[in-house]
Amino acid sequence: MAKLRYAEALNTALREEMTRDPSVFLFGEDIGTYGGVFKVSKGLMEEFGEIRVRDTPISEQALTAMAVTAAMTGTRPVLEIMYADFLPLSLDALINQASIYEYIWKEQVQMPFVLRTQGGGGAGAGAQHSKALDALVAHIPGLQVVAPVTPSDARGLLKAAIRDPRPVIFLEHKLLYNTRGEVDLEDEGLIEIGKARTVTEGTDVSIFATSKMVIEAEKAATLLAADGISAEVIDLRSLRPLDAAAIQLSVAKTNHAVVVNEGWKFCGYAAEISATIMELCFDDLDAPVARVTLPDMPVPYSQPLEDAVLPNAEKIAAAARATLG
Amino acid sequence: MKNSPSLDDQVEMYRKMILVRRLEEAFGALSKEGKTRGPIHRCDGQEAVGVAATAMLGADDYLTSTHRGHAHYVGKGVDLHGIAAEILGRSTGLCGGRAGHMLVADVEKGMIGGNAIVGAGIPAATGMALSNQVLGNDRVAMTIFGDGASQTGIWHESLNMAALWKLPVVYVLEHNEYGLTVHSSRQGPTEDLSTRAAAYGIPTAIVDGNDAIAVYRAVAEMVDRARRGEGPGFVECKTYRWEGFSTSDMGGYQDPETIAEWKKRDPIEIARAALSGHIEDAKLDVVRTQAEEEVQAAMARALADPLPEFEECAYTRPYSEVL
Repeated sequence: MAKLRYAEALNTALREEMTRDPSVFLFGEDIGTYGGVFKVSKGLMEEFGEIRVRDTPISEQALTAMAVTAAMTGTRPVLEIMYADFLPLSLDALINQASIYEYIWKEQVQMPFVLRTQGGGGAGAGAQHSKALDALVAHIPGLQVVAPVTPSDARGLLKAAIRDPRPVIFLEHKLLYNTRGEVDLEDEGLIEIGKARTVTEGTDVSIFATSKMVIEAEKAATLLAADGISAEVIDLRSLRPLDAAAIQLSVAKTNHAVVVNEGWKFCGYAAEISATIMELCFDDLDAPVARVTLPDMPVPYSQPLEDAVLPNAEKIAAAARATLG
Repeated sequence: MKNSPSLDDQVEMYRKMILVRRLEEAFGALSKEGKTRGPIHRCDGQEAVGVAATAMLGADDYLTSTHRGHAHYVGKGVDLHGIAAEILGRSTGLCGGRAGHMLVADVEKGMIGGNAIVGAGIPAATGMALSNQVLGNDRVAMTIFGDGASQTGIWHESLNMAALWKLPVVYVLEHNEYGLTVHSSRQGPTEDLSTRAAAYGIPTAIVDGNDAIAVYRAVAEMVDRARRGEGPGFVECKTYRWEGFSTSDMGGYQDPETIAEWKKRDPIEIARAALSGHIEDAKLDVVRTQAEEEVQAAMARALADPLPEFEECAYTRPYSEVL
């Protein structure tokens, strides 16, 4: 076992896949000479050359469209979009191009590209560099969306995403890059897209969380344990396809559900999970599903303001207590 | 002259232009009878661009198109009945009726594909060229687009990157003077839009878009350069849209005298005139008649073909295990 930082685990995955498959290539802003603003592609341009690791101009709209068609024609591009807040620039390529072609063209093409990006707040980056726009991409049929939390999952899911025949939106979080965790480099470590991860087992309330919110949910579980409440924390990990079976199993056990997502509440990712629980687990529920999200507002800059709006362990614990009555 | 089409190439272009014209006319008539679905964007008068620009490409080369792509489809060698059946929403269409007339794709022919988001075919072809460069093959990607698409931001982003990285892509501007219902002079201050490509250091040419031979020569030179790894080229083909934006266009904004002037310069007649003196009229008449019969047969067969039945697939299941 090696202890790796999240960014190092991603770097390892990219290196492993580029070594294994010469059709894998990376492109994006700052990823080459500089090694990426979060150093995820550090050293890869030196190792694989400028054709396969390419610094680009600031042209997200065309870059995303190019990833789609490069993937259609024999390569496996991994495009880095520096901030999830820039995803609106990518949306035509995702919604009107990547989403439609396999179906519309009657399975004549597949598009094995990965769009890596990172979102979320807590770093004082302000309203245009702090959002979790998970719902924006998870809304789109034809796309798969994953959001690993641990370094081991980061490596395993990125390798799986690169090998997958269909588009994968790979959501990272700016505050995860320096977190450390065990990674078994002896093992291929592939993680199947579409499977949730049980972080802590519990019997009183299920907390379904995504990305960095999983860490907050773990802290909330510790707070709740002090009150004698047994919380089960599930890392959804694969936002689409969703592991509905894991959700059903957990709610059948606890009869209470809290959904935590760092995105907006209205029409947000937590709303989808909440509706799914209502559809699939209605008879198991003893209380309405609770949501803990960013309020429907911009992420402010100054620390006390940002702290006030971001979901955290205390808010999650409070929601869990409320749902238990 | 270097890069000139052979007489056989010229006859083939003449034949394909007739296929496209008769196809457009057939769909125009069907539309008036209420027998088509959705808008159809005809390219009458512009056939020389799509047919001649693609004439020197192989099936391994990629082409992306627009919402007005029938000449591009036929030029790239896509089966006429497959096109007609797709436009009619038949199960025998190239995409089983899922795509419709604006989104036809035939991967085996390198036609991938029509695109009804104006400008989107431009980064699409640029991405294919990027793929070619990464794989180190000698395929060329081409995109044909209009003056309307030339006003989009992705036009500039794409041309910049293609020039920067010397990507094997050829940009063919089918300048028909109209983006939607608005004349190009009221969409931008630049009369020759290729001057913008030149600003990125891309070699450019401006040709008479109604002259198939001129289009062929200019594009073939750019295709050769791209294939040799010398980077992108840009050919601006000046032509004119005879019909409206689409079959749902009520018109009233194009000057009838201008249309009449352009109709005197019918690309099919220009191609025919270039062949006369080299090939007997009687032989060319046979080519024309056979092309007309091919369209009639394709349309009749497509009209008799069955409509598709909806099938469950990965995209139709909520909470699908696949997607």
